[in-house]
Amino acid sequence: MIELRLVVNGEERRLEVDPRTTLCDLLRERLALTGTKKGCDRGECGACTVHVNGRRVLSCMTLAVMHEGDAVTTIEGIARDGSLHPVQRAFVEHDAFQCGFCTSGQIMSAIACIEEGRASDPATIREAMSGNLCRCAAYANIVAAIQAAAESR
Amino acid sequence: MIPSAFDYARPENLQDAFALLAEHGDEAKLIAGGHSLLPMMKLRLATPSILIDISRIDGLAGIDATRDGLKLGALVTHAALAASEQVRKLAPALADAAAQIGDTQVRNRGTLGGACAHGDPAADYPAVLLALGARLRIAKKGGETVKEADDFFRGMFETALEGDAILTEIALGPAPHSAYVKFPHPASHYAVVGVAAKLELQGAKIASARVAITGVGDSAFRAKSVEKALSGVDAGDAAAIRSACIDAAAGIEARSDVFASGSYRAAMAAVYAARAVTAAAIR
Repeated sequence: MIELRLVVNGEERRLEVDPRTTLCDLLRERLALTGTKKGCDRGECGACTVHVNGRRVLSCMTLAVMHEGDAVTTIEGIARDGSLHPVQRAFVEHDAFQCGFCTSGQIMSAIACIEEGRASDPATIREAMSGNLCRCAAYANIVAAIQAAAESR
Repeated sequence: MIPSAFDYARPENLQDAFALLAEHGDEAKLIAGGHSLLPMMKLRLATPSILIDISRIDGLAGIDATRDGLKLGALVTHAALAASEQVRKLAPALADAAAQIGDTQVRNRGTLGGACAHGDPAADYPAVLLALGARLRIAKKGGETVKEADDFFRGMFETALEGDAILTEIALGPAPHSAYVKFPHPASHYAVVGVAAKLELQGAKIASARVAITGVGDSAFRAKSVEKALSGVDAGDAAAIRSACIDAAAGIEARSDVFASGSYRAAMAAVYAARAVTAAAIR
């Protein structure tokens, strides 16, 4: 077991972890932050996307112990004072999901996509969001939600 | 999908990493971004008893433009390469490749050195490094060696890196007329066929060319007959370029899988070689 300190959604957490634990499993199984979804568990679907030090990464593809001291933001950490994050609100307004399983990852990826300045037009958004799959194929509405959220900034 | 148990160490410098490698030998694996290694460990195709995390060793993540070209630390991420103005200017083929690896999340963690050391036959960088004549700096206890890309990529998941060595830096000469194009697998974005080309132009003509292909053989390779045939060709003559590229995969046993047969890969190698040369010529 390895001692690990990280900051999750602004709160410092200290844990002892088995080195095998992925960041995704740590969030879900140890910290009960089950908003982050485990889809393919091999870096293809994007459902597990979280932000580490402000950049979007796949939490299933990285070991928790490699993130000593890092700041992790999950879907649970983006609302402010009880109000939805603007991208969350845009997803609701544009009906940008069906079953919802991929939605946490889509939203975390979408926030980063806008921050990266890659939400200017639908083609750019589709390319920048290519790491997030949606088996319900809500893509058209996801792109519309991201474009609207980017424009209203 | 949980890896078999392993210990974890995070050395702060290369000397400590060498000591760990010496202590654990073949039982140890280096990890940086982990985007090639972790999937293999989850499938238990790799079962190291200790992971040596080199991701926080100082000085291995730089992108430096020098008089001789570029010096790139092994820990540079694909995203950093894709975003670098200097890389775009001095080695556009490398920027092309970096921007097309996986997706943004993958590019934020995956590293140049890790992808090269992994030796995947469908990885993008090996073709670029071969075409650009890259030199790979390899450190081990007691000294460093520099390998030409031509001597580094040896076969499927096989490179010139020995178990006690760490790839630390990749150096490239300036290659303004260079490009990398690929036919990506639609799900994994690995190269079904990927071709890098670097040209020296003399007026309107190609004075010399280096062309390298990934995804087709057991490892990336230089298409030397194409390089020869391109010499003296008018850089704006698409038909002549196509004709020079026709035997791009000659002499290579092209791999077959459920997505593409060997003969299809070989045919696409010619098509993508011509596209890479054409793209390099107009840069």
